[in-house]
Amino acid sequence: MKLNDISTSVPKKDHKGKVSGQLPYISDVKVENMVYGVLYRSPIAYGKISTIQLPNLPAGYEVVGSEQIPGPNYVKIIKEDQPIFASEWVNYIGEPILMLVGKELNTLYRLLNEVKIEFEEHQAIYTLEDAIYRKSESGVTMASYEFGESLEIISAIEHGAHQIIEEEYDTGYQEHVYLEPQGMLALYKDDEIIVQGSMQCLYYIKNALLSALACGEDEVRVIQSATGGGFGGKEEYPSMMACHVAVAARAVKKSVMLVYDRSEDMVVTTKRHPAKINYRTSLDKDGNILSMCVDLFLDAGANEGLSSVVLQRALLNSAGVYKIPHFHAKGFVLKTNTVPNGAFRGFGAPQSFAGIESHIGHLSKQAKIDPLEYKRKYLVKQGDPTITKGNFRDPVLMEEMIEDLLYSSDYKKKKEDFQRFNQQNQRYKKGMGTSLFLHGCGFTGSGERDHIKATVKLVKTKNDHVSLKISNSDMGQGILTTLCKIVAKELDISYEQVFYPDPDTKEVPDSGPTVASRTTMIVGKLLERAARKLKTQWLSGVEQEVEEHYIHREMIPWNEKTFTGDAYPAYSWGVNFVEVEVDTLTGNVRLEKVYANYEVGKVIDERIMKGQIDGGLAQGLAYGYLEKMTSKQGKIQQKSISDYGPPTSLDVVPIDSKVFDNPYTDGPYGAKGAGELTLIGGAPAVQSAIENALQTSFQQIPITPEVIINSLWTKEGEEG
Amino acid sequence: MITFTLNGRVVETDAPATVRLLDLIRDDFELIGTKEGCGEGECGACSVFVNNLVQNSCLIPIGSIAGANIQTIEGIIETEQFKILDESYSVAGGVQCGYCIPGMIMASAALLSKNPHPSETEIREGISGNLCRCTGYNMIVDAINLAAQKGDGIWQKK
Repeated sequence: MKLNDISTSVPKKDHKGKVSGQLPYISDVKVENMVYGVLYRSPIAYGKISTIQLPNLPAGYEVVGSEQIPGPNYVKIIKEDQPIFASEWVNYIGEPILMLVGKELNTLYRLLNEVKIEFEEHQAIYTLEDAIYRKSESGVTMASYEFGESLEIISAIEHGAHQIIEEEYDTGYQEHVYLEPQGMLALYKDDEIIVQGSMQCLYYIKNALLSALACGEDEVRVIQSATGGGFGGKEEYPSMMACHVAVAARAVKKSVMLVYDRSEDMVVTTKRHPAKINYRTSLDKDGNILSMCVDLFLDAGANEGLSSVVLQRALLNSAGVYKIPHFHAKGFVLKTNTVPNGAFRGFGAPQSFAGIESHIGHLSKQAKIDPLEYKRKYLVKQGDPTITKGNFRDPVLMEEMIEDLLYSSDYKKKKEDFQRFNQQNQRYKKGMGTSLFLHGCGFTGSGERDHIKATVKLVKTKNDHVSLKISNSDMGQGILTTLCKIVAKELDISYEQVFYPDPDTKEVPDSGPTVASRTTMIVGKLLERAARKLKTQWLSGVEQEVEEHYIHREMIPWNEKTFTGDAYPAYSWGVNFVEVEVDTLTGNVRLEKVYANYEVGKVIDERIMKGQIDGGLAQGLAYGYLEKMTSKQGKIQQKSISDYGPPTSLDVVPIDSKVFDNPYTDGPYGAKGAGELTLIGGAPAVQSAIENALQTSFQQIPITPEVIINSLWTKEGEEG
Repeated sequence: MITFTLNGRVVETDAPATVRLLDLIRDDFELIGTKEGCGEGECGACSVFVNNLVQNSCLIPIGSIAGANIQTIEGIIETEQFKILDESYSVAGGVQCGYCIPGMIMASAALLSKNPHPSETEIREGISGNLCRCTGYNMIVDAINLAAQKGDGIWQKK
């Protein structure tokens, strides 16, 4: 099939294997001489291991712990603070201490129950509030940044202001609930360990293994197997599992499989960081914003992991899509003795957008202006500076996108209809809410140039088949298809001639991790360039190979210390409108209609884009009102899917979506990032719809039925 | 010894009666299309037909299936119904990570066999026991709707 318009959908490369169930995921793999691993995990939140007593292990069963690690005992990520196996201190409930390996899982679970470890318990930090209170104590603040207008100037402005509004906003955990639980297999060979499994970032894992095994480049190899959903949950977490199985395989000289069951996965793997955001905004007498200060706190859990980078993105989005005069922000990553938090689709931005959209919405009430109208007054335009003195240099289509939704949703009439409906109905209340948002594409700042340095390769066989040699994972988002399309189109050959074999670090260069809405824009662009190069050299019937390397386009240089410059090369944009009906008796929220407009440069495959929109929005909306995870005394309380409550088919409604073209020079065919963007607007839109229905304000997400009922009672009490 | 029919073939096993049907299918019969997503009957990834009714195989001890007719995704791949669903899921874009899909296909087939022309609400109800985290369900609902149209007349043959 030759491709005419790049956006026209094609059959997905992996469709047949997935629809028939015959494409093996890691838990479907069995190899000769394979044993299983199970982990003994800390039952306490903070303390020192005093004694370890192991049961008598039957023949063929062995224990693996920190003594078996050939290299240093940490999972290589950014800091060296996450042990592979805790050997002295434990910092959270669920932290791995040792692994039992052997043939039968049932026997392993029985033996695990017989392991006796005693601890000397210490006073833990269980909550973000406690961590904020203790943030100046040693080790509690793991990272912090501050930038923007000087506080002296802000203080002077506040002094002359008509009014100062202060709000405190809280966001909860979000759990990925990828349908395939985490799983990793280490294949043992005398001269090589091959680690295979569910993952987003092959070279993160390879680098972690090189460190843990203290071995040479050619002694470890990482292969991605079919990955049943990631959403960020398989960004950094799999590095730890890879270390576990690889260390164990080395120690017992057998292949070792580690697959989590759902409850283990829910309790011990990374989640979206809970956040607390404080806003302090000064207004003039008409409700216009004079200045704004934002303080943002992220709960890192017990290890820093990627939290400092998550905080950067959270802060970079702390003013939303608005040009706020005299803006100042600071943020902290704080340690608690709870399960470490990490990457999740949006990477800090969903917390910030939920907060700023909520705050601006509340300011509009002060000014007695419709929230959307108020937001539009501050909307950034092309050429405006970013909050870090960078620049929005490409066209911004937000006004067009908003106008389009005002028309298609019949916004004004709907709001009047709802108001009438609400006057006539006691129990059910209807509301309409909006959210405006963006997402910076690719790594923050100079990350692509300084840390990732992506390389891609195309290999052509004698029969003119072309293979993509890149380290990026298809985890369901469809890059097996979209990236092959880019190469086929550029080479002007049929889509069926282009292949994307399972990435294997022995075969593929490091084209970077599959994160940060960078794959289509950055890797796709490199592939487009590689294909162009191959085309000029094309010799039919001859084996050929081409390589391309990342080229950095210099803009306003990013400075992480001063937090100034262009944080991202480009931005994708979105507008969501949501209609809800709230049952004031039960507090239940029912979605009625969802409208969504996006601008992602150029769509590479319309059907795949629609899948990202629907799936991302379902997750984003649910983050605002359905999905609730809590930790009590360091223990995650929701151990099963239904305790947690991700949306079912009955919770979602059809989504009326549209994507606007706005081609970006440095993206393939003009494409920018799309995967994370679609989640970000869900929660703030659902919050503003609920607020509109109930004529009240909330200072948190998720807005669960309990939160709604409490707020109605409070309101009733106040109105007496 | 427990005897039952698996994908049209009479089979027997001497596994203990408490073993989960899911494990028997995957480990002893090496049929990998039935996936484990939760092990608690909440996600539907392990859906199979037990005497033509869709059930979560993770909740079924094999002691209870003596004489039963069990069908997994492998047992329906050759049917006309599967081909229609396969094509409809492809055209509607119902497949992303794919982990829920074999279970979703079983639920779709079960729904359409019972109700060849379901409304949108009936489709949503029909797959409400099957969790999908990638698609937000709408494109799966479209796929089932498409399969109902395309497969007009074939669903009730079963």
